Amino acid sequence: MNTVAMEQNNRIHPFKFNLWIAIGSMVMMFAGLTSAYIVKRNQAGWQDYQLPPEFLYSTAAIIISSLTMVLAKRAFKGRMMARYRKLIFATLSLGIVFVVLQVLGFTHLYRMGLTHNSTVSVSFLYVIVGFHALHVAGGIVALLVLALRSRSKKERNYSSISVELAGIYWHFVDLLWIYLLVFMFMIR
Amino acid sequence: MSNVVSIQDSALHHSHEAHESHHHQSFISKYVFSQDHKTIAKQFLITGIIWAVVGAFFSVVFRLQLGFPDSTFPFLENLFGHWAKGGKITPEFYYALVTMHGTILVFFVLTAGLSGTFANFLIPLQIGARDMASPLLNMLSYWFFFAASIVMIVSLFVQTGPASGGWTIYPPLSALGEASVGSVVGMDYWLVSIGLFIISSLLGGLNYVSTILNLRTKGMSMTRMPLTIWGLFFTAILGILSFPVLLSGAVLLLFDRNLGTSFFLSDIIVAGKILPNEGGSPILFQHLFWFLGHPEVYIVILPAMGITSEILAINSRKPIFGYMAMIGSFFAICTLAFLVWAHHMFVTGMNPFLGAVFVLLTLLIAVPSAVKVFNWLTTLWRGNIRFTPAMVAAIGFVSLFISGGLTGIFVGNAALDIALHDTYFIIAHFHLVMGVAAFFGMFAGIYHWFPKMYGREMNNTLAYIHIWVTLIGAYLIFWPMHYTGLAGMPRRYYDYSNWESFKMFGGMNQFISIVVIIVFITQFLFIINFFYSIWRGRRATENPWGATTLEWTTPVNPGHGNWPGEIPEVHRWAYDYSKDGKDFIMQTTPVGEEETKGH
Ligand code: HEM
Ligand SMILES: [Cu+2]
Repeated sequence: MNTVAMEQNNRIHPFKFNLWIAIGSMVMMFAGLTSAYIVKRNQAGWQDYQLPPEFLYSTAAIIISSLTMVLAKRAFKGRMMARYRKLIFATLSLGIVFVVLQVLGFTHLYRMGLTHNSTVSVSFLYVIVGFHALHVAGGIVALLVLALRSRSKKERNYSSISVELAGIYWHFVDLLWIYLLVFMFMIR
Repeated sequence: MSNVVSIQDSALHHSHEAHESHHHQSFISKYVFSQDHKTIAKQFLITGIIWAVVGAFFSVVFRLQLGFPDSTFPFLENLFGHWAKGGKITPEFYYALVTMHGTILVFFVLTAGLSGTFANFLIPLQIGARDMASPLLNMLSYWFFFAASIVMIVSLFVQTGPASGGWTIYPPLSALGEASVGSVVGMDYWLVSIGLFIISSLLGGLNYVSTILNLRTKGMSMTRMPLTIWGLFFTAILGILSFPVLLSGAVLLLFDRNLGTSFFLSDIIVAGKILPNEGGSPILFQHLFWFLGHPEVYIVILPAMGITSEILAINSRKPIFGYMAMIGSFFAICTLAFLVWAHHMFVTGMNPFLGAVFVLLTLLIAVPSAVKVFNWLTTLWRGNIRFTPAMVAAIGFVSLFISGGLTGIFVGNAALDIALHDTYFIIAHFHLVMGVAAFFGMFAGIYHWFPKMYGREMNNTLAYIHIWVTLIGAYLIFWPMHYTGLAGMPRRYYDYSNWESFKMFGGMNQFISIVVIIVFITQFLFIINFFYSIWRGRRATENPWGATTLEWTTPVNPGHGNWPGEIPEVHRWAYDYSKDGKDFIMQTTPVGEEETKGH
């Protein structure tokens, strides 16, 4: 790692700080999308839609994965590496289940004739949910790296910072999903 | 924190290495994929200069059309081929040039070139850090910008030409290939390029914020930071919060263009053919665009404001007047910047009550802006002024900002703006207040920090000629546009001589175009001066301007890590000029027993 500098008052690890700011900008992007959605919702030509049930199941998957992530971090800090390894694999698998369920949800919509360009409301659904799924996929890549690394014996992989970063990000995409789900339930 | 100490040690180690074994570092890692913030700053600067030449040249070409609509210029055909058959550019190409001019200058030059250069160069040096919080992200920020540049350049060479729907890329023009040739594929390149650009500016921005908040040297409290840093700090925050919204708009537009969705399209008939799109709203795009677009104009101007504040104080040999008010007004401007975007949309048929709210919020921005202007003027007042090139450019900035800001108050009133919208009055307003002013901030910064960047000085005579000709030229170009705009001359027209009512401005347009050519040529004085001085300039001394800030405590050519020994500690603010009989006191000088109480 080529982090030159810093002897001074860094109360928070700079990577963690960077991640928080990046989360701020991701929040703004989804805020942009959802406010565009609201503006459109209040104009003529909006059609109601039903969320496919797969989206609900995927919610369960991602909430549980957040819990296993918390436990994984705790295990890591307690240096219970076997337990950590199991938990990080569990989180990773649940993340994959989430994405698969989302894809199934979209196929469901597609079969009902609600294609991405059928009507504006559904187009929004595709873009917003799809964009979130991409963010989850990014998290999955991070988890994958952690999972692979957890099998290595090298001491230098014992710093907790990457686990913490992945954890923060993972909880963020989880919360973001819950927000989006509630949002699309309430405002259709 | 044990890891912190070890990182510091490795940094020290690193910087020694850089000094002693110069030849060990390969050319690639030193100059190309460098992670040193100073090198990255220079990469941003030089890429920005190249873009500035291209963007300015485009304006010369379309000004030739506007000034001499009946003449032909054979060299244009040699350059642009079928876009300028017979030496006269086509209307389609005119729009492409105008669009590219705006895009290049707003984003690539005045955002990446300005923030990218000075944030990278000054933040670590002025707050006392060895580098950015994450040099790797910093390097990536430049290379994303580079990739964005490449994509934009490629778009200039595609068969149907680059995007041509204006820098604001309003749909439906930008959404439909049927609408204009630039929208066939040029627009896709534009969107991809700006997407990469946004990633670049986010990576840069989060690094700047995190560095300023976390890596200040001992004693450098936030309220001891130079105002340049404050300007760059708020710029970064604005970018982080507003660019993602443009990204979402760009994604929706890409969907509309390529996947048949109708976010922004509805009830459209092109050449007698009814398109299937239904239910979208082009106004929605304007909201998304201007939610970025307005903060973006401040992203452009805040770094220039910070640079100006710094240079005015240094060369007046006086403390900056109203330091805290400067920070407060930065904050106020940033907050308001997010609440006024709809003033670009007064003519979209918005609810008049909503319009009135936006008028009020818009006019409120004049207050913090005026605070800044008065503080600059008061700093100059009875100063012991040194008219260095940087100082003249900084004073030029203040002048331009006042001239353009005043017309902001005109167009901020919906009642007036409904008449003035999309006329040359708007062109005059934003070129003075943003375009040229920010350029002057950039020139000031370059003339001032060149000795720190390259260890040499630029030539003063060339610099004075360059600044004065550019300043006078800018006024000659844009001042008349206020009148033509008031007379109703609309912007973005290919040929005004077709209209009886605008024929009388033919002479004026010709005059403006001639000045444009002169100013364009003058810029080469700057460019020659810049590149010549990198290698041949007079060798600089350690603190050529007698400034107080930390960057002037480094060696003339600082290595990787900036300070060979320990990072200096800071004991006072950055503006102790003409204090207790001393011309200036460095920030690193401890406060004396007898000293009058200061900041
Ligand atoms: C006194 C403060 C200001 C006020 C009240 C103000 C108001 C406005 C308004 C209402 C418009 C829209 C005009 C129209 O299109 O009909 C406008 C356009 C513009 N302003 Fe300002 N402005 C102010 C300062 C600034 C500053 C400081 C900048 C940049 C640094 C700036 C940059 C621009 C740009 C780039 C446009 C035109 C964008 C376009 O349509 O291409 N303005 N301004
Ligand atoms: Cu604005």
